[in-house]
Amino acid sequence: MVLVLALGDLHIPHRAADLPAKFKSMLVPGKIQHILSPGNLCIKEIHDYLKSLCGDVHITRGEYDDDSRYPETKQLTIGAFKLGICHGHQVIPWGDLDSLAMLQRQLDVDILITGHTHQFKAYKHEGGVIINPGSATGAYSSITYDVNPSFVLMDIDGLRVVVYVYELVDGEVKVDKIDFKKTQGPQ
Amino acid sequence: MQAAEHDAVFTSAEEQEKWLADAMALVQHHAFYMHRALDANNIRDVLKFSAQMLSELRTSKLSPQKYYELYMRTFDELRQLEVFFREEGKRGRLNADIYELVQHAGNILPRLYLLCTVGSVYIKSKEAPAKDVLKDLVEMSRGVQHPIRGLFLRSYLSQISRDKLPDIGSPYEGEGGSVMDAVEFVLQNFTEMNKLWVRMQHQGLVRDKEKREKERSELRDLVGKNLHVLSQLEGVDLEMYREVVLPRVLEQVVNCKDELAQYYLMDCIIQVFPDDFHLQTLETLLGACPQLQPTVDIKTVMSQLMERLSKYVAASPDVLQEFLQVEAFSKFSHSVVEVIDAQPDMPLVGAVSLHVSLLTFVLRVHADRLDYIDQVLGACVKKLEGKGKVKDSKATKQLVALLSAPLEKYKDVVVVLKLSNYARVMEHLDYETNKVMTVVLIQSILSNSTMISAPDKVDALFELLKELIQDSEGQPLSDTVDEEDFQEEQNLVARLVHMLVNDDPEQMFLILTTARKHFVQGGPRRLQYTLPPLIFTALKLVHSLQAQDLPEEGEGSGSVSLKKVFQFLHQMVEALAMVPAAELSLRLYLQCAEAAGDCGLEPVAYEFFTQAFVLYEEEVSDSKAQVTALQLIIGTLQRTRVFGVENRDTLTHKATGYSAKLLKKPDQCRAVYICSHLFWVEDGGTIDGERVLLCLKRALRIAHAAQQMSSATRGTSGPMTLFVEILNKYLYYFEKGNPQVTSSVIQGLLELIVTDMQSEATTHDLEVDAFLASTVRYIQFQKQKGDSIAEQYASIEVQ
Repeated sequence: MVLVLALGDLHIPHRAADLPAKFKSMLVPGKIQHILSPGNLCIKEIHDYLKSLCGDVHITRGEYDDDSRYPETKQLTIGAFKLGICHGHQVIPWGDLDSLAMLQRQLDVDILITGHTHQFKAYKHEGGVIINPGSATGAYSSITYDVNPSFVLMDIDGLRVVVYVYELVDGEVKVDKIDFKKTQGPQ
Repeated sequence: MQAAEHDAVFTSAEEQEKWLADAMALVQHHAFYMHRALDANNIRDVLKFSAQMLSELRTSKLSPQKYYELYMRTFDELRQLEVFFREEGKRGRLNADIYELVQHAGNILPRLYLLCTVGSVYIKSKEAPAKDVLKDLVEMSRGVQHPIRGLFLRSYLSQISRDKLPDIGSPYEGEGGSVMDAVEFVLQNFTEMNKLWVRMQHQGLVRDKEKREKERSELRDLVGKNLHVLSQLEGVDLEMYREVVLPRVLEQVVNCKDELAQYYLMDCIIQVFPDDFHLQTLETLLGACPQLQPTVDIKTVMSQLMERLSKYVAASPDVLQEFLQVEAFSKFSHSVVEVIDAQPDMPLVGAVSLHVSLLTFVLRVHADRLDYIDQVLGACVKKLEGKGKVKDSKATKQLVALLSAPLEKYKDVVVVLKLSNYARVMEHLDYETNKVMTVVLIQSILSNSTMISAPDKVDALFELLKELIQDSEGQPLSDTVDEEDFQEEQNLVARLVHMLVNDDPEQMFLILTTARKHFVQGGPRRLQYTLPPLIFTALKLVHSLQAQDLPEEGEGSGSVSLKKVFQFLHQMVEALAMVPAAELSLRLYLQCAEAAGDCGLEPVAYEFFTQAFVLYEEEVSDSKAQVTALQLIIGTLQRTRVFGVENRDTLTHKATGYSAKLLKKPDQCRAVYICSHLFWVEDGGTIDGERVLLCLKRALRIAHAAQQMSSATRGTSGPMTLFVEILNKYLYYFEKGNPQVTSSVIQGLLELIVTDMQSEATTHDLEVDAFLASTVRYIQFQKQKGDSIAEQYASIEVQ
């Protein structure tokens, strides 16, 4: 069993002061094995914070990220799954699932993690999943009005991944769960 | 007393040991004979040998510590003597007779020890009133004026009389006297002991003064013990304490004019007497403080008193009423001023720490009285008047403590902002410390999630934080500032902006303009940090105004309107562009454009796009930055529905033009194919299948050109990835039902790719192979779907 945290579009300090205190108290060091972030953190302090939660952090570059060393896309393998990360501002129309599916084929990954729209999405299709963890700070977005802060925790176990989405609604953390099974191992 | 003339020149430790051993041996020797006499009931011999034993206490050679050991040794012997005297009484001898008899001892010191011992028995027998015997003893003890000998003798008197004072409820009350006699006796003994103790410092050589003061300090508890005895007397109630005890004790404290004694005794008074006594006699006690020697560490004494009293309230909240009745706070604050005035040489740190103590007292006792807190800060400012920036690091530390205390107590900056003197204290901090304090303030706001919702509080806050927000005289030159530190500070200010929240758009807009007023004074170096959060906060305000469905134009000059907010946004982004910060400004113009579009404000949206395009053309030159900027332009334009045909054509034309002009062919190709989305906007936007196809064909041409360039320069054609990407775009529009994108076109492209990939001239790339494979899988998947999609795909053949 491997726990993977996916969170992005924090937009600190442009659009938010910090992560919600309730999220911060849930995210404790030592529980998570990997962190995947589609980007827009935007400053070093937040990168350092993520590093303090877990040593293995993978970030792609959002259009507001200071750090120009973040790549545009990134692929990695965790257990039986191939995962891809991309912020998503490059994929037009923004948030369009058919266009994201094309990116997923291009990266050849089972799970694609993107952001940009600040709206949580988990979409299953032809043997793959596309996840947008939303904005962990509930940052302003021109695409989504009234953004609730959210992030995603993936529990990868064999050929099965359980996606938990944590959303802060009116000060309360709500949890949703989505199951995904892979039919075959990596080729 | 002959030894007293060439008084104690305390010698080395070895000599001390030897003299003590000698004296001890002699005490033992005389005690032996005394015991023999005790056993024989021979009172004359008893008195003779006990007097000889006690004569050893006449030494002047011993240091106070060694003298104490000797004293303890004889003390034990005297207990047995006391038992003997009591037995004598039982055997019929009158205590008055024994009292007379011991006075025949030749030397005064042994005589007085014997007298005290008999006196103790005498009082216990009640053959004479306790008050008379005590008075006699305390008076006669005046006969010993040598400091150490006198102190120990009186200490002995104090010791043996403790349980025989005519206190209320004691068996010696009544005929034996009243509590008044008891108090009088202890006070007299205390006064005399203190005099002896103070005089001790003048004994001996000047060069030994430091050592002597240390030794003297070791004897302080002998004096203090008297105060303890007073505090234990049942009969000393508040009234007697106020009328007799405290004035008399303080009189002695003040008059002795001795630094060591004054500090110790003041501390002792505070420690031994009960809290409510202090509270009810605050004026008298505090009144003594300015009269003490200027070198006395009075701030520690007063802090301890304040600390004690605040603990008192904490333990029993009911007494708060009494604090108010006696006006404890105003007495303390008055006294702080007086003490500082009375000690002109007090270092600044002392004055400031007195205010810290007073503030701590207020925060603990009168947490609801912000006016008190402000008064304390104001008083401190007064002390700092004319001193400019405080340079002494210890005083600075106390100032930080003064400023941090209310913050720690209330955990709410809004409370601090109500204190008018807070900023005035901060002005006395040097540049670096001031900055540290501002960071503490911001961190308090962030960690306590303090929302600041009133525009005037925002104003006051930024005034407080001005060293961080603006350039100031004291700051170091910019090239000596650590860039990373500077960034962290400015990022904190940026985060702070999100804590300025008001649900009323009117007020919120006022907050934004207030923040702007402060930020624009920060110079370009700060603007790139402070303006973006302000811009996004204004965009949020646009969202909430939209939700309220306000008219586009505000009614009346004061009220906020979408138009005003967009004007504000325009000014802010423009200012940011001047910094310069082209890439960031371009993104923000696009955000504004989209927001204006959502509000249905076409001209505003057009203007923002225009500004973004101008920045793109004039300021963004890095090819990688161009690619991202173009993606954002196309992405935003694709989403903006507000434009009429003419404006829309102008902007899309520009965007496609930029795409074709990118430096690298693959970048060109990708930008051109994403431009196709500008002509295919579902849900009521533009649908122009022909122009979509034009974009895709153009992208294909560029992809071919890229391959040709590659074979010309490297000998092999570049990877096929662009073709597979374009194929996927074809599939996208095919599924969307674009009539221009037919299955035969797709079939043709697919075959071309497959053929080329098998060609030896093509560079092989595993990633492209995988991409193609997953695309083919996708087509197969769609073919098998068994719905209209499958029918559409039926004519496309894959291996």
